Amino acid sequence: MAQAVKVQSTAAQPASQARRRKGSPWTGLWAVVAKEMADHLSSVRMQILEVLILLTAVGTVYAVMQGVRQTVGQDPFIFLRLFTTAREPLPAFVGFLSFLVPLIAISMAFDAVNGEFNRRTMSRVLAQPIYRDALLMGKFLAGFFTLALVLTAIWLLVMGMGILGLGLPPSGEEVARSLIFLVATIFYGGIWLALGLVFSVIFRQPATAALGALAVWLFFTIFWSMLASLLARVISPVTYGTAQELLRQIEVEQALSRISPNTLYVEATLGILNPAIRSFGILLPSQLEGAIIGAPLPLSQSLMLMWPQLTGLIAATILLFALAYVLFQRQEIRA
Amino acid sequence: MSVVTASSRTPPANTQGEAVIETSQLTKRYGKFTAVDNLNLTVHRGEVFGLLGPNGAGKTTTILMLLGLTEPTSGSVRVLGFDPSREPLDVKARVGYLPDAIGFYDELTARENLAYIARLNGLPHAEAAKRIPAAIERMGLGEVIDHPVATFSRGMRQRLGVAELLLKQPEIIIMDEPTLGLDPEAAHDFLKMILQLKQEGITILLSSHLLHQVQQVCDRVGLFSNGRMMISGTVAELAQRVLKGGYRITVQASGPVDAIQRALLALPGVQKVEQSQPETFVIHGAHDLRADAAGAVVNAGGRLYGLDVEAPSLDEIYSVYFKEATNGAGS
Repeated sequence: MAQAVKVQSTAAQPASQARRRKGSPWTGLWAVVAKEMADHLSSVRMQILEVLILLTAVGTVYAVMQGVRQTVGQDPFIFLRLFTTAREPLPAFVGFLSFLVPLIAISMAFDAVNGEFNRRTMSRVLAQPIYRDALLMGKFLAGFFTLALVLTAIWLLVMGMGILGLGLPPSGEEVARSLIFLVATIFYGGIWLALGLVFSVIFRQPATAALGALAVWLFFTIFWSMLASLLARVISPVTYGTAQELLRQIEVEQALSRISPNTLYVEATLGILNPAIRSFGILLPSQLEGAIIGAPLPLSQSLMLMWPQLTGLIAATILLFALAYVLFQRQEIRA
Repeated sequence: MSVVTASSRTPPANTQGEAVIETSQLTKRYGKFTAVDNLNLTVHRGEVFGLLGPNGAGKTTTILMLLGLTEPTSGSVRVLGFDPSREPLDVKARVGYLPDAIGFYDELTARENLAYIARLNGLPHAEAAKRIPAAIERMGLGEVIDHPVATFSRGMRQRLGVAELLLKQPEIIIMDEPTLGLDPEAAHDFLKMILQLKQEGITILLSSHLLHQVQQVCDRVGLFSNGRMMISGTVAELAQRVLKGGYRITVQASGPVDAIQRALLALPGVQKVEQSQPETFVIHGAHDLRADAAGAVVNAGGRLYGLDVEAPSLDEIYSVYFKEATNGAGS
């Protein structure tokens, strides 16, 4: 019965039948990944940024260690302080990462697709037995793996410097928390990588694509928080000055500011790297009943706290990549 | 890997003449603009077929549809028995494509560029390591195999493009404007190379608007205009159909002018005889009439000094055909 229905439907719609493609869309994927990763790792552009991130890591961690040496014995999360503590005049390492990672990601992706068109290699590559899917996915994965490789190396470096400088190994919980932080950082980079890819599909000029991606990044880094508070005042105005109204306005502002990947990333890192943090919003006295102020949360509770932010980062990466994918599939190949 | 072994050529001897590219009612529209209009094209195994026409006539669009890089709006395509829009990988594993504006990764060497293509084709590493230097060597680029492509001239890039095709060992090669932008000598070498590839049993489809070059290598040609293939066949067939022959034989002879002219005109296949100079006659004929003309002059009591033939050129066919076509449309 089901068989008969199927036959009928294919006969009625030859167009849908013709759309079905033969062969795996992932044929050639790893060849693309290998080539693109080799390009990234050997390109001067990436090397400059890698040196920059390395210097900030060494600089901030060294500065932090100068300050925390005396408290080594008392602080159970001393390794996490290496990432989060800011010492004048340097900001914390996570602060540096929140703007260096987007730069690296955008610099890898902004000429990914339009570069192939401009070098006139697109039609030659797509004339090989691969689907377009493999090319775009390969380019994304290569950037993603490069990012993961660089950030993991930096993470190992920071941990290594910590062990040498502080003279004690990190606890299991510290390793777990900082690894989750590493994952969040990689996906934070993934968002900007996918965004760069979207712009590289839309614009034929790499310079336009780079500026477009950087403009979005600047917008979210600098202007969005101001805009969020303005919008919150419009959406949920305080007319009578009641506590409820004020609370609602703050909640709206917070919800709006979370559209920015920067906010998500900062909240996620704070939540996982600072075990004392219990909430990102306002804590009402009723919520604090029975809590010991300043006492650390267990790992599972911290993870639950930052879980929405982490999934938000991952989801944004996937959505942006899907957008790039759809746009690229619809593009005409003729040079 | 299996894709590659499957692509190794079947002996041309027993498959000669089989249609390897077939399109029927193939149409591609971009919005209201029709790039390719009801194209029926057949290319047989082992032949060199030329798609000729001005820029924007729909040649490149046709090629992209043959490779499955663009979806046809309607109509059907078969390349080596595969449907390029449904089985593009099977088609692209067996068909080599040389785009008109060929580009390579400038910062990589010739060898590295081809190594990437070999990996995309799933060639085993050992096999690629053998084939790449062989292909580059054959195209005369052996000395620069490890130089970055950024240092290559247009002609060298073109040859590297062919080396890439050789690496793939395709059954069909599709070239888009292969001689465009090459200097005359490089273009000549390139045409010679096309004939060599044909000798090896590879079917070649090439598009061009440089008619005199194409005429030297193509077995059959199709004239393209505004997305339609107006006419196709061998150059001689087209000449027959469009120019009613198109051979021009110049006879230099002295003697009784009227008798000679009458004798020449009486020859079978002669359409027209003109006396361009006192002792020079120009015969318009359906084929090469030199031997007959010589006999006729002597029989008519004339003295023959010179005999020359001009074969019909594609340029002429092309211009006459499209003049007729536009006149026909106008009336």
